[in-house]
Amino acid sequence: MIADAIGRLYREESGRILATLIRLLGDFDLAEEVVQEAFAAALEQWPDEGLPRNPRAWLVQTARHRAIDRLRRRVRFSEKVDELTALQALEEPAGEEEDPGVRDDQLRLIFTCCHPSLATEAQVALTLRTLCGLSTEEIARAFLVPTATMAQRLVRAKHKIRAACIPYRVPPPELLPERMDAVMAVVYLVFTEGYAATVGDALIRRELCAEAIRLARRLDALLPDRGEPPALLALLLLHDSRRVTRSTPGGDLVLLEDQDRAQWDQAQIAEGLSLVERALRRGPPGPYALQAAIAAVHTRAPRAADTDWRQITALYALLLQRFPSPVVALNHAVAVAMSEGPAAGLRLLDSLSARGELSKYHLLPAARADLLRRLGRNEEAATAYREAVALATNAAERRFLERRLAETT
Amino acid sequence: MEYMLLIYNSEKERASMSEAQRGEIFGEYRAFTDAIVKSGHFKAGAPLQATSTATTVRVKGGKTVTTDGPFAETREQLGGYYLVEARDLDEATAIAARIPGARFGSVEVRPVLQMTQPR
Repeated sequence: MIADAIGRLYREESGRILATLIRLLGDFDLAEEVVQEAFAAALEQWPDEGLPRNPRAWLVQTARHRAIDRLRRRVRFSEKVDELTALQALEEPAGEEEDPGVRDDQLRLIFTCCHPSLATEAQVALTLRTLCGLSTEEIARAFLVPTATMAQRLVRAKHKIRAACIPYRVPPPELLPERMDAVMAVVYLVFTEGYAATVGDALIRRELCAEAIRLARRLDALLPDRGEPPALLALLLLHDSRRVTRSTPGGDLVLLEDQDRAQWDQAQIAEGLSLVERALRRGPPGPYALQAAIAAVHTRAPRAADTDWRQITALYALLLQRFPSPVVALNHAVAVAMSEGPAAGLRLLDSLSARGELSKYHLLPAARADLLRRLGRNEEAATAYREAVALATNAAERRFLERRLAETT
Repeated sequence: MEYMLLIYNSEKERASMSEAQRGEIFGEYRAFTDAIVKSGHFKAGAPLQATSTATTVRVKGGKTVTTDGPFAETREQLGGYYLVEARDLDEATAIAARIPGARFGSVEVRPVLQMTQPR
């Protein structure tokens, strides 16, 4: 029974305990080791001694003592000044009760892991490892790279944090907007990595989406007065609500218009919709709020034919105007095709391909092909489908495009 | 914590500037240097002469080989440096962003490896 309690504590609290130890020690590896040791000690001692009054504080305290022991041993061998100071700081008596700064430890850690001086892939890996507690093997499998590569990526990132003295703190107000963007980009990337691909380990991919939602939820709770965290959370929930209907059991892609809407997760949709409203009430909408609003329009339509494409087109136009990017332009063109007809959409797509920015992106020829097909220009559609097939990297998407190609020829 | 701020700018662009422009930038550098001396961040710093004056030295098999020019031909060249004391990387990058050359080229921020004092 006590072992169950420790297991639960590990799942629910080890991330927060780790964050606190990283703050105290300023050393990711040492913190990870002593937190593991503290849980091992709990498994050994609690069955005899019973559950401590405050298990979390006991674990933090035990991990702290283990760290002091290790640093003492290290200092005996080398007279490193910084470790001596770290040791002195640690030995100052800490209150037995819960540190009021504990809640902020995780927030600080998010900002450290997502610091812009780390490469994006390192930010993502570090976030999954330290904040979500995924193992190096799991992260490697999720990103389809060898475990050794992922391990090295993590080692390098942790080394840089220490060597370059990347601060462990919530950024001051003047840096906060920029840093918030970086954090949210990482959370979104974790989600899309789990959501977009249908290849790889399905379990791990589901886990990535769940972790991204958990992170967005925590970000919203930790920064309650900002508009973008609820918008990001809403966007993730609304996308995720459609997960099971997005592919067949065989792993083939199912388009939004063909998905079984009865299977969409209504609880997630309800929460997402109320979050979108909350986000939109907090001043001018940011990029996540606009995308969440678009997702909300889709989920409100009981059938695909009921979709309010006029509103979606207007939202994409706003997104394109305020946060322009070639991918947004592509989506806007598709929405125009739905609300004003394929010819109007095709004109926009053609001018987009003329700009050449998306020449490597398979969804541009795929979208063109679809509009050409609907206009009855099958030969041109086939050419565009072939182009899209050549550029697609995801197996399920390639199969889908090949099916469409076969239909037009 | 000490950071080396390495300023990379295009010598070609610099050569194409007018005398007045160069004078203006020189003034900005002086004001910036004064400011970080006053705030206690400054440890050292200097502009460098152009890479056309550079010499690269290598010792190969005990023999010194001296060649004309910089270590590598790049689009932007190392044109000067500051050595600053900063609390952490955020403070160092904030100082780097105030260097006039950051607007024309780039500034590489490198933490200095602290060596233990020999006893």
